[in-house]
Amino acid sequence: MAQSMLGPNPAEQINFAKETLVSAYRHMLVARVLDDKLASLYRAGKIHGGVFLGRGQEALSAAVGISLNRGDIFAPLIRDAAGRLAFGEALLDSVRTYLGSRLGPMRGRDGNIHRGRPRDGLLPMISHLGAMISVVNGVLIAHRFKGVQGRVGAACMGDGASSTGSFHEAINQAAVERLPLVLVVANNQYAYSTPNCRQFACDTLVEKAAGYGAQGHSVDGTDLIACLNVVSRAIRLAREGGGPQFVVASLLRLCGHGEHDDATYVDAGMKASEGGRDCLKVAEAQLTSNGIASLSLLDQWRAAAVDSVEQAVARVQREPAPDAREEDWRAISASHLCEGQLP
Amino acid sequence: MSITYLEAIREAQARALAEDSRVFIYGQDVGVFGGAFKATKNLAQQFPGRVLDAPISEDAIVGLAVGAAIEGMRPIVEMQFADFSTVAFNQIVNQAATLYWRTNVPCPITIRLPSGGTLGGGPFHSQTMEAIYAHYPGLIVMTPATVEDAYTMLLDAVAIDDPVVFCEHKYLYYHLKADRLPAEAMPVGKARIARPGRDLTIVTYSAMLHESLAVAEEMASERIEIEVVDLRTVKPLDTDTVMASVARTGRLLCVGESWPWGGVCAEVIARVASEGFALLDAPPQRLNAKDTPVPYHPNLWAGHRPTADSIAAAVRNLISL
Repeated sequence: MAQSMLGPNPAEQINFAKETLVSAYRHMLVARVLDDKLASLYRAGKIHGGVFLGRGQEALSAAVGISLNRGDIFAPLIRDAAGRLAFGEALLDSVRTYLGSRLGPMRGRDGNIHRGRPRDGLLPMISHLGAMISVVNGVLIAHRFKGVQGRVGAACMGDGASSTGSFHEAINQAAVERLPLVLVVANNQYAYSTPNCRQFACDTLVEKAAGYGAQGHSVDGTDLIACLNVVSRAIRLAREGGGPQFVVASLLRLCGHGEHDDATYVDAGMKASEGGRDCLKVAEAQLTSNGIASLSLLDQWRAAAVDSVEQAVARVQREPAPDAREEDWRAISASHLCEGQLP
Repeated sequence: MSITYLEAIREAQARALAEDSRVFIYGQDVGVFGGAFKATKNLAQQFPGRVLDAPISEDAIVGLAVGAAIEGMRPIVEMQFADFSTVAFNQIVNQAATLYWRTNVPCPITIRLPSGGTLGGGPFHSQTMEAIYAHYPGLIVMTPATVEDAYTMLLDAVAIDDPVVFCEHKYLYYHLKADRLPAEAMPVGKARIARPGRDLTIVTYSAMLHESLAVAEEMASERIEIEVVDLRTVKPLDTDTVMASVARTGRLLCVGESWPWGGVCAEVIARVASEGFALLDAPPQRLNAKDTPVPYHPNLWAGHRPTADSIAAAVRNLISL
């Protein structure tokens, strides 16, 4: 049983360069090490606000990030550290935002996973995650207006976001405009504590694709090779003009909703099942059994990941925090129209 | 040759489309049909591919506008009725209004809200939303009361790098006319003395300007000279012009078609009371709609919102204090 859980699927073809598999895995690894570090910083009281980890979701996340090109749009969900790194987000952006460095992209004005660089195609989420999909649609329609071709936008959601009105409005909108949107749902079985059976009543979420006029794809979200195959295909179809693609990955969140949550509500049987396996271990087995990496090479990569995370944290911990006295307290860019501080 | 408030809005959009290739219009029925009120009449034909019908999805409409703005476009969104913008509320106040502050990337979108009561409009086609949007940091809220302002302020709205909620009043669409489109504009954020006076200041905006001016005209025959201040934009609020007027008259009445609780009138009075208390010869007063949904029947509607009669009564009361 353990072997079949972790072993490669012999029928599984690798439809991409082996370097892609290596690169995706290494982003997963850095994300996992970063998550572990953030969790320990949280427990040590070093982080203001929540910490939201991606344990168990790194394979899907990395597959999305690495399958996108420069110039594409990425609206991650809260568990997409791996995908962000694969898309090109600097590790420092993450650490700085979590630790509240004034040098980070959000300058202490927003924190943790609410970070991004819109001009670089990395959209900073608001907490109402479903609302990000139509923003991706907007960038894509702007590309159309400007005659920019061959770009796609990926919006990542959880199973919970699929129940929101904005999710429905936006995927329908993308289909009406036939936009190159790749909507990825990481079905991690629980929206915070609410299980799938209280979230939706269709057999599988991917059934919804047909109703919207989008193309649906299902994938085992614990299987890196499968994720790379399926996600890269969906992205290619969108890029080639096939309209919106809807990818649903099945996996299990191997942590709480946030680090404040012990996740005791997660079903023990689910955790022990194949669907609850750790995608990082699956990916390692895939690398070794395909002769792509030896165990000692995996060890080297892990050491490098630890080193990069430790260096980033050490550097950011020496950086200045934002200073309320130096804030301009101005919420609009047109300074002449700003009322300023009212008495 | 005359031009209505509604035509001015259409003309401003036509000019924005003609002069700036980044501008596009997105909303329900705005395309070939020309919009529920015809504010985009012929624009789809005149500017092919740049005036897009949207599904009935206010949330996604504004979300798309934000994304397009991030990518350098200048979208104009038409909400079919201001009342329906509640469905887009999250995108307006949490997405559009926070983007610049969070990321330093501006969000130049214009959201047109056909606002305010008309005969038979009822609870869901009559609302005025300026106070609720002004409450949120990151938004500019315009409330044009004249044909000239409807035209120039809509052009300003498109040119401004921040999200603008443009509250155009449906009651003024057809009735209000000007001889021609203006060649010059007042600066955004500056209130206008619509009528000078020495005895009492009425601060108002949007359709209530015209009710207030009618009262001022009527009262002049009673030798009561009312100064009427048209705020033009409620955010930013031109406190200086208001304060200067109150300094001249010593009496303040704020008139708004919106509900009273936490509204623009409440804000004006709070500012004058806290910053200009010594200027006042009498307690500042306000007149708003009743604190109920907007009624359907004209008899009830006339009793719900301020009218020239109720404004005149409020003026007489304030003069007597």
